[in-house]
Amino acid sequence: MRIGALDLKILRDAWHMRGQILACALVVAGGISSFVSLSSVNRTLASSQAAFYEEYRFADVFAHCIRAPEHVAAALGAIPGITALETRVAVRVNLDVPGLSDPARGRIVSISRDADGGLNALHLRRGRMPAAASQDEVLASEAFALANGLGPGDSIRGVMHGKYKTLRVVGIAISPEFIYALGPGQLVPDNRRYGILWMDRKGLATAYDMEGAFNDVTARLSPGASNESVLGELDRILAPYGGVGAHDREDQLSHRFLSDEITQNRTMARITPTIFLAVGAFLLYTILTRLVQLQRSQVGLLKAFGYSGTEIAFHYLKLALVISLVGAAIGVGTGLPFARYLLGIYAEFYFFPMYGNDQGLSVVSAGVALAVAAAALGAVPAALRASRLAPADTMRPEPPPRFHAGVIERWGLRRALAPSSRMLIRNLARRPLRFAANVTGIAIAVSLLVMMTAMMDGVAYLMDWQFTMVQRDDVQVMLMEPRSRPALDSLRSMPGVMEAEPFRLASARLRSGHRTKRGLLFGIEEDPQLRRVVGADGRAWAIPSEGVVLTAIFAKTLEVRAGDTIEVEVMEGNRARKDMLVVGVVDEPIGFSAYVSRATANRLLGEGDVLTGAYLQVDASERDRVFAQLKAMPQVAGANLREAAYSQFRQMIDRSVGIMITMNLVFAWIIAFGLVYNGARISLSERGYELATLRVLGFTQRETASLLLGEQAVITGAGLPAGLALGIALTLYFIWMLSTQMWRMPFVVTGANLVGAMAAVAFAAAASGGAVAWRLRRLDLVAALKARE
Amino acid sequence: MAEPVFRMRDVSKVYHVGDLEVVALREVSLELFAGEFVVLLGPSGSGKSTLLNLLGGLDIPTAGEVDYLDHSLSEGGDEKLTRFRREHVGFVFQFYNLIPSLTAAENVALVTDIADKPMDPRDALALVGLAERADHFPAQLSGGEQQRVAIARAVAKRPDVLLCDEPTGALDVETGRLVLEVLERVNREMGTITAVITHNASIAAMGDRVIRMSSGKIIDVAANATRMPASELLW
Repeated sequence: MRIGALDLKILRDAWHMRGQILACALVVAGGISSFVSLSSVNRTLASSQAAFYEEYRFADVFAHCIRAPEHVAAALGAIPGITALETRVAVRVNLDVPGLSDPARGRIVSISRDADGGLNALHLRRGRMPAAASQDEVLASEAFALANGLGPGDSIRGVMHGKYKTLRVVGIAISPEFIYALGPGQLVPDNRRYGILWMDRKGLATAYDMEGAFNDVTARLSPGASNESVLGELDRILAPYGGVGAHDREDQLSHRFLSDEITQNRTMARITPTIFLAVGAFLLYTILTRLVQLQRSQVGLLKAFGYSGTEIAFHYLKLALVISLVGAAIGVGTGLPFARYLLGIYAEFYFFPMYGNDQGLSVVSAGVALAVAAAALGAVPAALRASRLAPADTMRPEPPPRFHAGVIERWGLRRALAPSSRMLIRNLARRPLRFAANVTGIAIAVSLLVMMTAMMDGVAYLMDWQFTMVQRDDVQVMLMEPRSRPALDSLRSMPGVMEAEPFRLASARLRSGHRTKRGLLFGIEEDPQLRRVVGADGRAWAIPSEGVVLTAIFAKTLEVRAGDTIEVEVMEGNRARKDMLVVGVVDEPIGFSAYVSRATANRLLGEGDVLTGAYLQVDASERDRVFAQLKAMPQVAGANLREAAYSQFRQMIDRSVGIMITMNLVFAWIIAFGLVYNGARISLSERGYELATLRVLGFTQRETASLLLGEQAVITGAGLPAGLALGIALTLYFIWMLSTQMWRMPFVVTGANLVGAMAAVAFAAAASGGAVAWRLRRLDLVAALKARE
Repeated sequence: MAEPVFRMRDVSKVYHVGDLEVVALREVSLELFAGEFVVLLGPSGSGKSTLLNLLGGLDIPTAGEVDYLDHSLSEGGDEKLTRFRREHVGFVFQFYNLIPSLTAAENVALVTDIADKPMDPRDALALVGLAERADHFPAQLSGGEQQRVAIARAVAKRPDVLLCDEPTGALDVETGRLVLEVLERVNREMGTITAVITHNASIAAMGDRVIRMSSGKIIDVAANATRMPASELLW
């Protein structure tokens, strides 16, 4: 194939402007890279979730009770809307994991008897299913097995129904129900200390005295069935059997976390590429507009030869196509490996089969299409301008551009400014839109960093809030079931325990008018010390002896304020319902909690001085001994170590946030470098003649460089503070977008981070300005005098 | 005879354009004296612009010596040449080379700001008859007016030499004559050595000496017995 002369011209033009083209292509690449990586991660997560749910029949509704005879299942299955229902036995268990001094715990769930795996079917990763009626063979969840190095053939010890028992791991499995396994009281998964085990129903029932009975129900609903009414019916039928309130997927932890993650990820996958492609389109616009201006006479010549306006327009559009394809190639080339890397990180926290391979092609073609579209957006105005140039006009030199003294000068600053400063101001003022777009671009670069650092600080604040302000305990002990006062005394009297603060935790449904939300009724001491209630202002709350304090998220969901009355329905025991006064709303970032005094909780539940757990303060030197004792106590369902939770949290943040901040820093640098480099190059091209004149008149290189870069400095200088404002707005937007039902990112912006964001962008701007200033050395003084643009 | 201000001895200049070697000057020797008005005549490519660039410190010779008084202009880095231009040379270009974003007075001030003992920019504009146009931008001035501003800019720093490359090349006869009158006046009143490049032979009559060039060589140096006033030039 022969390349036409016109195409050769554009290829050589492209080579001539390779620096600018590369800068622009890199910005486009940033957009496509983020689009390809985030979108394919998002699509992979979403489609894998949907596929896993469907194939393994993830249930729609869930209910738990104390003990119901099997014949109740028929009544449950007859609830209109339910298409499949399964009863199960599901119990909490204390585990003694080899090599772990502190107690681990878990949940043992009975395996469906259904031949095809039933609801929430298991996907066997390794080993085999437990033998029928076996009382000691278990499947271990993959997360737990990996964290503890367990495999088929290994054994762990568990306290089942008060008896020590050795459990033999015969297989490793995953389930749609426990993609993300969070133990009670945990904020992030601690797969070493919390795991899911599956056992044959008969064996488990025997161990827990559940023969001919069940304590757990899951069901699938027909499409269009009303969740509300099904849940209501489940509650009604299970109430006599100690039902603790049915819930749908919305309140199913694993689903909740995974879905929230997918939603957040989708937000990022939309916003980040949009920012980049907008900047890329702007860069292309300036590059091509300048090129057409430079090549006026060439365009005239081509038209004189008989090329049509359309052919000329396409000629310039091809350059945009080259840029977008280079950008797309770099973007796809970096985006796909990055997507795999991100999915690798997800796979450390979410355990389900990720079907990613079929996403590649469609995401890549969408990415290329996006790059081309963004390039077209930037290129079309310049191409149209070229196609409309009249040949006769193009042969005459352009008249000198018109300038006038701007507003600033009319304010009387004129005398104070040197001619060089006036040149600078007038050059900027002559193209206010270009100036504004450049300032906006720099501001975007700064804002990306401000937003990212604010997010990091927000997470750090959350950790600090949770682990130093709210929790001041060493261990949170959860009891198997509500216990009376002596249980607290026995915890207190354990050697090494310095302080024990009891709590009464119950699942509850809160109502205000037609709005209902499930949450935790948290009965704590009126003046708690080890587990406090702390608002955004850092103030610790006293718990009123009457009434309830709601978390802000809870209050917002129910649309209530302090002073309103809500109905509280506890989901266990007597299932009492009572109207309570909202005494206050605490601005806690995490969760749906309703704080009451423990006495209030006990009164509501119609029980005496009862607790479901306690926060312990432990003598550091006695720590291991306390753990050993806790492990041996059958009534203890588990213990959360503050320190372990903190390090889990830290690890998760470091893994995921570290990569995000690096990515954003690189992105911000690309944007700042692209804008400043391109701006300075265009300015050099437009004013090379002027600058050469100044050099001839006796201006030094430094003086001319400062004139050239002065504009970029003003643009950067204006963009930096604007970026702070934009960054703060963007942070607030992201907080709003990323806030899930479970938690809300706090708004934390520190001076150091603002300064750091500005410094990072200023550095990139200075580096790219320096690169252009270097070219001034090569300014041909003699040629510049001869050429008349 | 007085000592020459500029002295060129056996100066050659060779440019490399791609693989081609272009000899722009071949062993040219020339002296310029205080206060004289020199016209350089020659067709395109005869080397007159190259000669002017060497005198103005825009370029250095490939061989030979260029001296300004006791400074050598044949060597020394960019910094030294920049200082020379800044202190001693005024340039007038064919296409005026005004900064479009600065007014007439500001264009002049651009140079006076970095000069040692400059004229007031307005006085410089008055000298070229443009006092009342001082606050106009280039786009608001005619070609002749723009060139006069360029001359005002060149002379405002009281240079020792005024180098003009085709100063009337882009102008019509009437306007061109007006510009030449200004150059004549500057040369007379300030005693600035003035070198004018042109391919317009009619201008030769206004110079003290006329230097003709062809193919990189000086082929003739002629002294005019009397200088014709610019106002009487015809072409």
